[in-house]
Parts: sequence; structure tokens; C-alpha cells
Amino acid sequence: MKIIVCIKQVPDTEAQIKINSDGSGIVAEGIKWVLNPYDEFAVEEAIRVKERLKEGEVTVITLGSQQAKEALRACLAMGADKAVHLADEAFTGADSGATALILSLAIKNMEYDIILCGKQAVDGDMAQVGSSLAEFLDMPFVSNITKLEISADKKSAKVQRETEGASEIIESTLPAVFSAQKGLNEPRYASLMGIMQAKKKEIKEIKAQDLGIEKETVKQMSKMHLLKFSPPTQRPPGRMIQGEPRDTAIELVKLLHEEAKVI
Amino acid sequence: MADLGLQNKVVVGELALRKSGKASFATTSFKEAYEMDFNLNEDQLMIQEMVHKFAEKELAPRAAHYDKTMEFPWENVKKLAGLNLMGITVPPEYGGAGLDSLSYCIAIEEISRACASTGVITAVQNSLAEFPLYKFGNEDHKKKYLPLLASGEKIGAYALTEPNSGSDAAGMETTAVAHEDHYILNGVKTFITNSIAAEIFLLYATVNKSLGHKGICCFIIEKNFPGFKVGKKEEMMGVRASGTCQLILENCRVPKENILGAEGDGFKIAMTTLDVGRMGIAAQAVGIAQACMDQSIKYAKERKQFNQPISSFQLVQAMLVEMAVKIDAARLLLYRAAKLRDEGAKFVKESSMAKWFSSETAMECAIKAVQIHGGYGYTTEYPVERLMRDAKVTQIYEGTSEIQKLVIARNLLG
Repeated sequence: MKIIVCIKQVPDTEAQIKINSDGSGIVAEGIKWVLNPYDEFAVEEAIRVKERLKEGEVTVITLGSQQAKEALRACLAMGADKAVHLADEAFTGADSGATALILSLAIKNMEYDIILCGKQAVDGDMAQVGSSLAEFLDMPFVSNITKLEISADKKSAKVQRETEGASEIIESTLPAVFSAQKGLNEPRYASLMGIMQAKKKEIKEIKAQDLGIEKETVKQMSKMHLLKFSPPTQRPPGRMIQGEPRDTAIELVKLLHEEAKVI
Repeated sequence: MADLGLQNKVVVGELALRKSGKASFATTSFKEAYEMDFNLNEDQLMIQEMVHKFAEKELAPRAAHYDKTMEFPWENVKKLAGLNLMGITVPPEYGGAGLDSLSYCIAIEEISRACASTGVITAVQNSLAEFPLYKFGNEDHKKKYLPLLASGEKIGAYALTEPNSGSDAAGMETTAVAHEDHYILNGVKTFITNSIAAEIFLLYATVNKSLGHKGICCFIIEKNFPGFKVGKKEEMMGVRASGTCQLILENCRVPKENILGAEGDGFKIAMTTLDVGRMGIAAQAVGIAQACMDQSIKYAKERKQFNQPISSFQLVQAMLVEMAVKIDAARLLLYRAAKLRDEGAKFVKESSMAKWFSSETAMECAIKAVQIHGGYGYTTEYPVERLMRDAKVTQIYEGTSEIQKLVIARNLLG
């Protein structure tokens, strides 16, 4: 069973995000970068499937800067077998669709039975790469899974997803793309041995030209372009109503009715 | 972390020499001791990040519980074992992770930052039980005991202290008498960390009290040896979950092959072990001190008095600053000692310096942390009162602060 997991390095969820002066991006300085938490579920599940079946190979893949190698190494330390890094200046500025397309070009040359990814990256929150990738690879896609079972003949998988008021159980042929939702598993910590072994595992670098892509092509692939980041508007400060309880109650009801329009 | 902003391997002594034009340094190991490259490598950074995350999520939430109940934190130990943290420096052929001392110190620091009891349990397992077995044990000892300890399957302990013999270790009263194919041991050991849970003990006894330290031997004792008993558990001020008990030996029969090293090697083994072990305690102290600062910063920003957070008051800021600077200094002393050991250089003086300064710093930070928390800090509602109780022991065990000063002085004066 060959499993590919698509991952992304994102700012730590606890990091304070600041927008740079021209609004073209965020201030990278002082930010701790981590493996996207939803991708962590995907990596963990891939390793568990391999452990359950007692055979298989888990390959993690990412498109990102040199720094993104840290995230790949974190996956290798958890127990992934191999890593592929799509690292090229030419990929800079790729939108979700282009990212999925580039990933699909790289994955086409690889062997796979299952492709897993997080349901979304917690920085961009686009939640597009998984579904787009399935489209480019002409594969079935189930989003937000919380359970994954491989059939005895390894030709299909049963997955579960939580919807409003019900759990959906879906059977799909393999190969397929699944995106991981919280609840799928509890990701492990990398052991010391895992960290030491990660060094010996291969991180294969793939350049744009290996996939026959030129910088201009990436621009054409991207149908969306980021215009500007702007900070969220500041929440107005709370208002204190002062006075005797009788008067403040009347004032509060009036404001809730006329200004807030909630009653 | 610990990046001094200097080019790698700049020797401060050389800089100073070049600047002053004179060589007035008496310390012989000057170059070794002052070579600065404190950058953590990639592995060390990953280990720090992993242990930090693990300790914060898995250990910290239960630290108050274990402190209160004095239960041995088996659950923590099992999790630590799963991450190879019960056998950090033991080479892989004996079931350990085979990492360096600096990685070990980083791990103990991060564990202790969340739970000081778990910190000392881990430190004792690694540096007081596994280290001497690896360093002084014969191949049979290593094959038999190291994999059990490094995997965390069995807990180890180090039994030197007695009711009447603490800093004066050579004055011990536990006796060992050779008899046929075994030794017969009699005596009492006290304040033995981990002993409530331990199954393998490195225990010291004398074959001839009149020989002083030359009569001391180190024995590997298994819990089920006849005549060996774990006595009462100490109810302590801090590190209350560390399973610290008395040990009672009543005609305890120990097979002859279970002597570590030769007869009379015991004192050397005990002291060499403590040279290494005190780095673990220094790391524990740095972790506790860091926790004191973490808690204090958080509280000072939240707590409002006179309509502003108390962090805006300069007298509070001064306390935070003093904590921060001393913690950094303590950590750098510790990392230097660890690096020296990893490079195979002399590190005894530096490890004593690190242990003394870190434990004093931990205590000082704990007192300041309680002060910043005010009345709340004096209650169990906040963790700083526990940190203060935990900090105190770092000035006492594995060589008191006074003993560290003696070691440093001996090294200074030759």
C-alpha cells in the first residue's frame, strides 16, 4: 500500500500575525513555522494504515520554500518513509489551483493507492488543494474524513465524515484522495529514535523543469492573484451603561432593540 | 536559542588576549572552557521542540495532581519511554537513543518545566542508573540491565545516601561481606529517588569501613533479591511524586557478579556518576526557573491593580528582568558544561558551576514568582507555590550548593 500525504508548513496557530507595510504579505520575522495541524492528522493516519497492514510506504510531499524542509523532516521523524520537496523559485505565487496542478504533475510520476491531505491549511483556509488535486488526477475525493478503513483486498476504502446531525459512511474505490478532519486520530510525537532516523531518510527535491514547468506557466496556471492583505477591523470597545439599575435596564433594552437589533 | 551572535568557535580568551595584550589567565583549561559555540544543531532543536510540546500537553496538566497525591507518575513514565526519553544517551545497541549530553540536558529542562517530579525521575533513570552501568559495567551487566532501563520497562535508582551519611559519602555504614559466591549486605539507605517504582538499584556499601572511601563498592541490586526491602516513603516538601523511599538491607544476598567495577571502585563510580548527574539537576533547575518566569509573565500581564496590568510597574519589571538574565546565564553555563562533556573535555568544574548557579537561580526565581503572584501565589490555585517547593531540592540533592562550591574551589586552587 503506497500512501502519499500532501503537507504544508504554516505559521504556528499561536503566532501573532502582522501584515507587512505594503500589504503584500505577512511579516515572516519571529514567526514559528509548523506542520499544518490538519496535515498532521493525515500523516498520522498514513503511518497508522501502514502499521495496521504491516506493509506499505508513506511518502510526504510539499510545495514550498527551503524552510518547508523542516515540516517534511518533522513528518519523517513521525515515521513517514520518504519525502518529496517541490522547491523552486518558479513556484512562488502559485494559487491553490496551480499548487494542486503542480502537485498532480509530480504525483503522476509516483506510485500511490491513497492520497491524504489535511482538510485545509490553517493559514490560507482555502481548502482547495485536496479537491483540485483529485480532479487533476481524475480520482474520487472525500473531504473531512474522521475514519479510514481499508478493505481486505485493498481495492477500496470505507471512510466516515461528520455532517450536521449524522455520520456519513462512504465507500470508495482506490486510488482516492481523502482530506483529514480533526477527530481522525491523535497524532503521535516524534520519538528520539524517530528524530535520529529522519536524518537518514531521503528528501528528494524536484524543480520546475523536472516537471516541464516554466515560471510563466505557473503564472498562467494561477487564475487567482492576491491583491492585498488588510488587517481585520478593530473591534469597537464595549460600552458601559452607568446609573441606577432601573435606568440602565431601560437603556440596555433600548440599545439592544434599536442599535444591536437583537431583540 | 543560545546563539551568542558570535562566529562559530570564537575563543573569547583569545579575543581578550588580543585586546589586552597580556596573558593573565591562570586556568589551564581556559581554551577548552571558553570556546563558544552554543548553537543547537538541527537534531537538538527538533528534540527541544518535541519535548516542549509533549511536556506542555501531556505532563503539565497533571503536575499538580501528582504533587498533591504523591503518586508515582507511571502514566508519564510510559509516555516518556515511548519517546525514548528513558534512555536518551544509552547507545542504540543497548536500546537507547544514543544522543549527546546536550540533548539530554535540553530534554530534562523541558520535562522539568512542566513537571519537576517527572524531571528528576527521568534524570535519575538516565544519568544515575544508566550512565554508571554503561561506563563501568562489564558486557554482561550492560546486556542484562541497560535495555530494560533504556526502554523504560524497568525503573532504576541510585542508592548512596544514608541516615548518617550525606555529603560525607565515604562515611557510609552499609556493609558488604563476601561469602562464597555472593556478598551479604546490611544497612539502610535513605532519600532514594524512584525507589517506590524501581527494580534495579545501584547501591553502595563498604567492605571495610576502616579503609574509608577505598572500601566502597557499587552493587547492582534487583528488587527481588532476598533481604532487600523498600521502606517508608518520604513525605517531602517538593518533587513529591518522585517515589523517594528508604531502602532496608537485612542480610541481602547479592551475587558476586553483580559488583560494578572492582572492590573499592565504588567511591570513584559514585563521584563520577554525580559529576554527570548534576548536569541533569542543573537542567531540572533551569526548567523550574523557566516555568517560574513563564508563569510570572503571564500573570503580570493579566493581573490588574490601580487600573493597569501589574507588568506595567517597574518594580515588577525589575523582578522579571532579573529572572530572565539569570535563567539565560544558568542555561549557558549548563550548555557549556554539556558541550565540554560531548567534546570529551574536562567538565567537572563547569558542571558544578552550572549546578550551583542553576539551583540558586531556580530558588530565586521561585521566590520572585510567588512575590509577583502576591496572595494568589501563596495558594495552590497557581502553580508557583509548587515551583518554589520543587526548586528548593535542587540546592540539596546530587551535591548541595555548598558541596558544589567545594568542587569548584578545589578545581580553582588545584
